[in-house]
Amino acid sequence: MPAIFAVAEPGVSPGAVGQFDQLLVVLLLAIPIAGFALTALVGRRLHTKAWIIAVPAIVVTWAIGMYLVYQALIAGAYGEGLRFTLYEWVPAGAFTISANFLVDNLTAALLIVVTTVGMLVHVYSIGYMAHDPGRWRFFAYLNFFMFSMLLLILADNFLLLFAAWELVGLSSYLLIGFWYRRRTAALAAKKAFLVNRVGDFGFALGIMAIWTTVGTLNFSEVFELLPAQVAGGAVEPWMMTGIALLLFMGAMGKSAQFPLHVWLPDAMEGPTPVSALIHAATMVNAGVYFIARANPIFVQSTDAMVLIAAIGIFTAIFAASIAFTQRDIKRVLAYSTLSQLGYMFAALGVGAFTAAIFHLMTHGFFKGLLFLGSGSVIHAVHEEQDMNRMGGLWRRIPLTHWTMLIGSIAIAGIPPLAGFWSKDEILAESFKFGFTWVWAIGVVVAVMTGLYMFRLMGKTFYGQSNVDPEVLPKVHESPPSMTVPLILLAVPSVLLGLAIGFPPADGALHHWMEPVFHDAQITLGIEHHPFELLGIDGALLLVGASAGAIGVALGIYFFGLFGLRERSAPVAALTERAGVLYRASYAKWYVDELYDGIFVRFGGVVARALWWFDARVVDGTVDGVAALTQGAGRGIRQIQTGRVQNYALGIATGLLVIAVAYLFMVR
Amino acid sequence: MSQSLDAYLILSALLFSIGTFGFLARRNAIAMLMSIELMLNAVNLAVIAFGAFTPALQAHAALIALFVMAVAAAEATVGLAIVIAIFRNRRTPLVDEYTSMRD
Repeated sequence: MPAIFAVAEPGVSPGAVGQFDQLLVVLLLAIPIAGFALTALVGRRLHTKAWIIAVPAIVVTWAIGMYLVYQALIAGAYGEGLRFTLYEWVPAGAFTISANFLVDNLTAALLIVVTTVGMLVHVYSIGYMAHDPGRWRFFAYLNFFMFSMLLLILADNFLLLFAAWELVGLSSYLLIGFWYRRRTAALAAKKAFLVNRVGDFGFALGIMAIWTTVGTLNFSEVFELLPAQVAGGAVEPWMMTGIALLLFMGAMGKSAQFPLHVWLPDAMEGPTPVSALIHAATMVNAGVYFIARANPIFVQSTDAMVLIAAIGIFTAIFAASIAFTQRDIKRVLAYSTLSQLGYMFAALGVGAFTAAIFHLMTHGFFKGLLFLGSGSVIHAVHEEQDMNRMGGLWRRIPLTHWTMLIGSIAIAGIPPLAGFWSKDEILAESFKFGFTWVWAIGVVVAVMTGLYMFRLMGKTFYGQSNVDPEVLPKVHESPPSMTVPLILLAVPSVLLGLAIGFPPADGALHHWMEPVFHDAQITLGIEHHPFELLGIDGALLLVGASAGAIGVALGIYFFGLFGLRERSAPVAALTERAGVLYRASYAKWYVDELYDGIFVRFGGVVARALWWFDARVVDGTVDGVAALTQGAGRGIRQIQTGRVQNYALGIATGLLVIAVAYLFMVR
Repeated sequence: MSQSLDAYLILSALLFSIGTFGFLARRNAIAMLMSIELMLNAVNLAVIAFGAFTPALQAHAALIALFVMAVAAAEATVGLAIVIAIFRNRRTPLVDEYTSMRD
C-alpha cells in the first residue's frame, strides 16, 4: 500500500479493511477517468467498437460501487463513514485543502443510483449510438461524466465538491452539444452552461462565506463549527440564512429549480442516453444530494428551509402544468423531471431529508427507464420526437412499451411500485411536519403526474397510428443492448420502494439514513412516530394513492390504453375552452420570452451603453495618452540629428554652463 | 619655470578651447581625434601645474598625468582603428557623411 493512504484523519481508525476500501474508492475514480483518457486517445481507431474500453470500465466501476455499498449499508463496516485523505490538494499556508473523500450511508445511497443507472446507460448506448460517427467522443465524454459525478458524491470538502460540481457541468455541456453541428444543440449547451453559472456564482460565494466564517472547508468540521458558532452567537442567524441561501442557489442551478429551470428542457437536444443519465437520474440530483449532505447548515435557518420548500413545490406544479401540453416526448419527460425534483426540494425544505433521498433513488431508476424507453421509441420511429406523429406502437415495440408502462405507473404513484412509496412519504411527512400547503399542492401535482404520464403513454403507444406511412413498416424493436437495460431498470422501478422503503417511515433506507439526518431531526424538533395504518398515516397513504389513481384514470379516459381508444373530441374541446391557458402552458408560461426580454434585449441595451462608455471614455483616455506620447516623440525627434558634432556641441555647451554657474556660485 | 600658476592655466584653457573648437568644427574624423588629443593634453597640463604649485599634490598629479596619457594612447589607438575601418567602408573621412544609421 502506498504511503499516501496511511494519512488518516484524526478520529478515524484506518485498519486493514479500511486501507483496502480506500484503494477501492480511489479506483472508483481512477477507472472512469482512465477510460476517458484511453477512449479519447485511441477511440477513433476503434470505429464501431468505440465502447470496448468505456463500457467495461463502467461495469467494473459498478462492481466496485456495489461492494462499497454493501460494506457501508449492509455490513456497516464504516460506522459514521469512511474518511481518508488522498493528498494535499491546495497547500497554500492557512488555506490548505486536501483531496479527501467520504463514504457514508448517504454516499452509498447515491452510489447505488449513479453506478447502476450509469452502467445501464453505458450498455444502452452501445446500441443507441451504433450508427453515430462520433461515438468514440460520446463514450469518452460519458466516462468523463461518471468520473465527475462520482467525485461529486465522494468529496469530503466544499472545494472538491465544487470542482466536481463544475466538472459535471462541463460534461453536461459537452454532451448536450454532442451534435454540435445542429444549431439548436449548440445553443442549448450554451444555455445550460450559462444558467448553471448563475447558480454557481451563488454557490461559490456561499463557500467563500463558509471559509471566512469558520476557516475550514472540510464537511465534518464545518458541520460542527457552524452550528456551534450560531449557538454561541458568533454567527448571526441572518448570516446563516445568507450562507444557506447562497448554497441553495447552486443547488437551484444544478437541479433546475424555478427560476433557473430553463436549461433542463433544452438540454434534451443531447442524445437520449445523456438525457437519461445526466439530466434525469444523476447530475440533476446533485442539488438534492448537496442539501441533504449539508443538512446541518440548512437546519440552522428555518427561513431558508421554508423558501426551499416553497420553490420546490412551486417548481413541481409549474413544471407539471407545462408537461401537460408539450408534444415532444422528451420534453414531457424533462418537465416531469423538473416536477419530481421539485418534490425532492419540497421534502428537503420541510425537513423530510430521508424522503427526499428516497425519491431521488426511485426517481433515478424510473426516470432513467422512461428516458431510455423514449430513446427506444424515437429510434423505432426513425428519430421522430413529436408524439403527434406516433401512436399505436404498443404491439410493434412490445418490450419498450411494457417497460415504459411500468415506469409510468411507478412515476404516477400507483402502489406498490417504487414511486408510490417515495412520493407518498414526501407528501405524508410534509403534512405531519405542519406544511399543509406543501401537502395540498403536492397532491394536486400527483394527480397531474398521472395525467401527463398517461397522456404520453396514450399518444405514443395506444390509439390510432399517426406514424409516417413511409416509416411505419420499418418500425422495429431495438437491439438487446438497448432492451436489456430497460428490463433491468424496470425491476427496481417496481421493487425498490418495497425493498428499501417498506414499511413506510421504517424501511431499510430509513435505518441507513438515520445516522446522517439524526442531528438535523433533533434541531428541527421532529419526533419520530411509529407508522399508524389505521390513523393519520393510513389516511395520507390513501389520499396519495387515490390522487395518483385519479390522474392515471383521467389520462386513460382521455388518451386510451391498449385497445381503449383515445377520446380526441373532449380533449380538443377542452383545449379550445382553455385556449389561453393551453397556449401559455405550451409556451412554457413564456419564461424563456421573459428572460429573453430582460437579459438578452434589455441587458443588450445596457451592455451597448456600457460598451459606448468603454469605447469612448475609457479607450479614449488610453488612446489620448498614446497620441500625446507619439506627438511629443515626433516633435522631439528633430533634435536627434545623428551627427556626432551636434551632440558634442551640446556636451560642450552644457559643460560651459556648468562651469560658468560654478564660477558665479563660488563668487 | 614661470612663478605664476595663472600662466599655465591660461595656456591650458587656450589649448582646451582650441581642441573643443577643432572637435566641433572639423568634419574630418582624423582631425577630430587630434582635437581630442589636444583637449586631453590641456587637462594634463593643468593637472601637472596644480601639482607643481601644491607640494602635497605633487605625487598624485604625476600619477594622474601618467594615467591620462595611457588612456589617451588607448583612445587614439581604438579611435584610429574605428576611423580606418569606416574609411575603408565609406571611402570618406568626413563624419557628416556617416549617415547610414540615421536614414
